[in-house]
Amino acid sequence: MQLTNRAKKLEKKPMTLAERAYLPAIFQGLSITMRHFFMKKATVRYPEEVRPFSPIFRGLHVLKRDEQGRERCTACGLCAVACPAEAITMVAGERKKGEESLYREEKYAISYEINMLRCIFCGLCEEACPKAAVYLQADKIAPPRYERDEFIYGKDRLVEPVSPDARSIRGIQLTPEQADSLRSNLAQQPV
Amino acid sequence: MAKITFDGVEVEVPDGTTILNAARQIGGSIVPPAMCYYTPLKGSGGKCRACLVRVAAGSAKDPRPMPKLVASCVTPVQDGMIVENTTSEQVLNVRKGIVEMLLINHPLDCPVCDQAGECDLQNFAFEHGVSTTRYQEERRTFEKIDIGPLIQLHMTRCILCYRCVYTANQITDNRVHGVLGRGDAAEIGTYIENIIDNDFSGNVIDVCPVGALTDKTFRFKSRVWFTKPVNAHRDCPKCSGNVVLWYKGKEVLRTTARKDQYGEVKEWICNECRFEKKDTSDWTIEGPAHIERSSVISANHYELPVLNQSVVADLPESTQRELAQNPPLKLGS
Repeated sequence: MQLTNRAKKLEKKPMTLAERAYLPAIFQGLSITMRHFFMKKATVRYPEEVRPFSPIFRGLHVLKRDEQGRERCTACGLCAVACPAEAITMVAGERKKGEESLYREEKYAISYEINMLRCIFCGLCEEACPKAAVYLQADKIAPPRYERDEFIYGKDRLVEPVSPDARSIRGIQLTPEQADSLRSNLAQQPV
Repeated sequence: MAKITFDGVEVEVPDGTTILNAARQIGGSIVPPAMCYYTPLKGSGGKCRACLVRVAAGSAKDPRPMPKLVASCVTPVQDGMIVENTTSEQVLNVRKGIVEMLLINHPLDCPVCDQAGECDLQNFAFEHGVSTTRYQEERRTFEKIDIGPLIQLHMTRCILCYRCVYTANQITDNRVHGVLGRGDAAEIGTYIENIIDNDFSGNVIDVCPVGALTDKTFRFKSRVWFTKPVNAHRDCPKCSGNVVLWYKGKEVLRTTARKDQYGEVKEWICNECRFEKKDTSDWTIEGPAHIERSSVISANHYELPVLNQSVVADLPESTQRELAQNPPLKLGS
């Protein structure tokens, strides 16, 4: 059955002597293989060796604190409405008296969840945020997990840890020893 | 009857109609914005200056232009009047100034404010204002006053449009709040700690163009664009019972009156409907309420397909004919 007019007619020619000898073709093929032994490799030995991130790489989200260690997020919902993957959900709450050193504004996020399986790391949430609270870190990726629900990141994993270098948490001054122990605690936290 | 020309469009309206209402009869994008004027409230208007227009010819008898821009919501038409709104550079520039003026003391706390997403001032500033501010002084602040368990007053956000005062005057028999003080110190208040608990007091939430008066039962529950508006009604002995329910999932977070395209309440509703009936079983559901495509509330809400013909520029003629014969469905309109 002819489908198009583009079919080429091929004639079977008898093989030349070199082709029939078989060995030249074998050596030609082997030389290509050998050449590849000495070429630059396209892969890296991943867990031991890590490729450098691009300077504009967008990685895992972080919810920033301000200079006084208060959470910047006010649960305005602009990141969630900007999110094309609908990965962000949040519940807002009213700040109570005495919590002024914890939350920057009258309203704050009681819960803030990002589903890292849905997230496409486009950075639109970062662009939408009016409070400069959510950022995509340039050097962290969501590590592999065994369970799907481990990919739903809550505030415990998203909010930036209080910086021990500031030597003050929520208005409490820390001694250098306390700051050091806090720093080592933070280093042990899972990513 | 008077015949006027508004932005080059002729329209005939009864004598005594205001320029704004004549423009609304034409409709579309030429209608001047209004922040304080509210059709259902007698005497409203003339305060915010958002609706200023240029009258290029006063009337057929006296075709001189009016010396200053006039507030279209309180200026009646005269036969032969020629009005310029979007066609006048002067009007557009002045409107930028009005936005700046209204925003001088308005806190930019939209991320916290419950009105964000359906705020007249937000829309007005977005469409007509500039994106920067020149104001460097301290914004005015007020001592917080509690006006009851149902309504939250944020005086810092108030633009003194007087709508809530007229509402209390005209649909209730006992007004307990009003504007106290003068000039910069003017504020909405109840003078002596007083609680607004009239049966129809909740309507001040709907008429407020900004987030100064908001629903305490909805406070920080959800942003409006995460809720879905649904038209519903119930047999209410006090009011018409026609409302919009704002759902999040299966939960009714908020109940408001139905509004027309200019954000004006169609029928006042009572506090029982607004604050107490928050179960689906209390209501007869009519269907999804139509939300303008341009509104953020319509983000991720799916109605029956609405094709915006003005956006698709060169539709083939056959498609245009088809559309004229079978107009796309619009729910709730």
